[in-house]
Amino acid sequence: MKKLRLSRQGRSDLITYGIILLLCLILFLIGQSSYQLQGLLVPVCAQIMLAVSLNLTVGILGELSLGHAGFMCIGTFMGASFSIYMEQFIPIPALRFFLALLIGALSAGIMGFLIGLPVLRLKGDYLAIVTLAFGEIIKNLINMVYLGYDSSGLHFSMNDTASLGLAEDGVVIIKGPQGVTGTPTDSNFGIGILLVLLTVFIVLNLVHSRDGRAIMAIRDNEIAAESVGIHITKYKLMAFTISAALAGLAGSFYAHNYNNIKASTNNFGYNMSIMILVFVVLGGIGSIRGSVIAATILYMLPEVLRFMSQYRMLVYAIVLIVMMLFTWSPKAQAWKAVQLAKCRKRLRPLTDRFRKKSSGHMTGEGE
Amino acid sequence: MALLDVQNLGISFGGLRAVDDFHLQVKKGQLYGLIGPNGAGKTTVFNLLTGVYKPSEGIIRLDGEDITGRSNIEINKAGIARTFQNIRLFKDQTVLDNVKIGLHNRFHYNTFEGIFRLPRYRKIEKKMEEKAMELLEVFELEKEKDYLASNLPYGKQRKLEIARALATDPKLLLLDEPAAGMNPNETHELMETIRFIREKFDMTILLIEHDMKLVSGICEELTVLNFGSILCQGETEKVLQNPEVIKAYLGE
Repeated sequence: MKKLRLSRQGRSDLITYGIILLLCLILFLIGQSSYQLQGLLVPVCAQIMLAVSLNLTVGILGELSLGHAGFMCIGTFMGASFSIYMEQFIPIPALRFFLALLIGALSAGIMGFLIGLPVLRLKGDYLAIVTLAFGEIIKNLINMVYLGYDSSGLHFSMNDTASLGLAEDGVVIIKGPQGVTGTPTDSNFGIGILLVLLTVFIVLNLVHSRDGRAIMAIRDNEIAAESVGIHITKYKLMAFTISAALAGLAGSFYAHNYNNIKASTNNFGYNMSIMILVFVVLGGIGSIRGSVIAATILYMLPEVLRFMSQYRMLVYAIVLIVMMLFTWSPKAQAWKAVQLAKCRKRLRPLTDRFRKKSSGHMTGEGE
Repeated sequence: MALLDVQNLGISFGGLRAVDDFHLQVKKGQLYGLIGPNGAGKTTVFNLLTGVYKPSEGIIRLDGEDITGRSNIEINKAGIARTFQNIRLFKDQTVLDNVKIGLHNRFHYNTFEGIFRLPRYRKIEKKMEEKAMELLEVFELEKEKDYLASNLPYGKQRKLEIARALATDPKLLLLDEPAAGMNPNETHELMETIRFIREKFDMTILLIEHDMKLVSGICEELTVLNFGSILCQGETEKVLQNPEVIKAYLGE
């Protein structure tokens, strides 16, 4: 028998996965209570994925990006269009949905790479401004796109539906500002949980690999990173591209929850990018676990608090402040450290017994 | 033949001639010192050698290979590693990870293998860990391997920086004021470490230092820089007795 020995990293990752599963269970129970809340379960998964993926850029690479909603937008529209068009060719919904997710991630990843190429030369505030602009550009471009298909294939236009020149049997997929209509609603909470786990898995494993260390080295000290032979541009692009691709995955997943989706300001605009950034910052920059928790709480809260009507936003603001203090104030951090130590102490007899037992078991088997 | 051969190296920043007609030959296995008053251009020479600055003129050869004008990444791959005057560690990462980052270009697996933890990832990570621990043991840092680099005491941060530079498997190691901010005991210990590195890794070392005890204690040859040009070059004892050098350091 191979002894299950986990490094500190491995243990920390396991706790993260545990927290995610626990949160999903809580979300599931909350979802049972009302129809409205149940409708939030899929979007909340998308939000968690977005927060985790943005954390790769903001926390791990250490560059501020305000265009994350733009990448999500690409994923959404590519994924949705693919699904609608392919409905006739691929009769198996599961396979089609899987491919749609893949297409969403790939297209957003390619876009992230192309945008990152010029943009990542900038730093700090300047990078934030440019990514913000690109996010808006993507959204507005998609608002101009008209896409349809008929028996002769796909038709594309930047003007209006008429100029698509569709035949009688033609179907319009993207109708400019009116968005995509007719997306098969394949998404559900179960797939959401899987995708959240996949996102977290990719980000955590990347962080603990050779590439992840290089990315964090760039964050900590670019000059030193170059001095040990790390290619700055390559790894910045890698982090940015993976982050964009995961946002695209989230977008594609999100798209398949709604029959109709528009690239409106609320969905994919500036506010959305800021919202994701708020999740990341309040959850703790660089902490994947924190992003998951913050995204869940902050996304569900307005809905859960609906019964308070006017006071809802007041409570929301208070929660924001409390979370900020809890993550960042030195006193709270000290308090957390003490609590953690206490917790460990209390658990020690238990773990010791477990260890003894398992090692005894092992020697028993070895003999 | 010299391992490092520098001819007629020079750089100007606008109207300022920071380094002028600099030449240097460091033989393999040598411990070479670069000294000079503040602002003499010593760190600029290091930045030229490591590709941080591109020289305005001159040739730099490492082991016979012309490396003039290459980027700092390529020069590191060619075999020059350095430490910094103001310590530049990866502060938010563990001591072990700092050394592993130094090993970056010596061990390879691709991103996909890294994310999905395929067998090659495990195999190579294990090798990296062993190699990194080996280096940490040399510098007696193995107990602190899980500390964040920023939590190490000053002297150990200096050592970690050297360990990280050695991790890139260089032919030539450049140390920029390794003893800066150390007390006499730590300096003495550092001298021992530098000697030990040279023997254990068969390393050629070029160092900048202000601490004369360290310089006279371990360097075999010296170059003295003043106002960007060479004041004196040769064996340590002779150089240190040169009246010009004494004048530059102490004034008249």
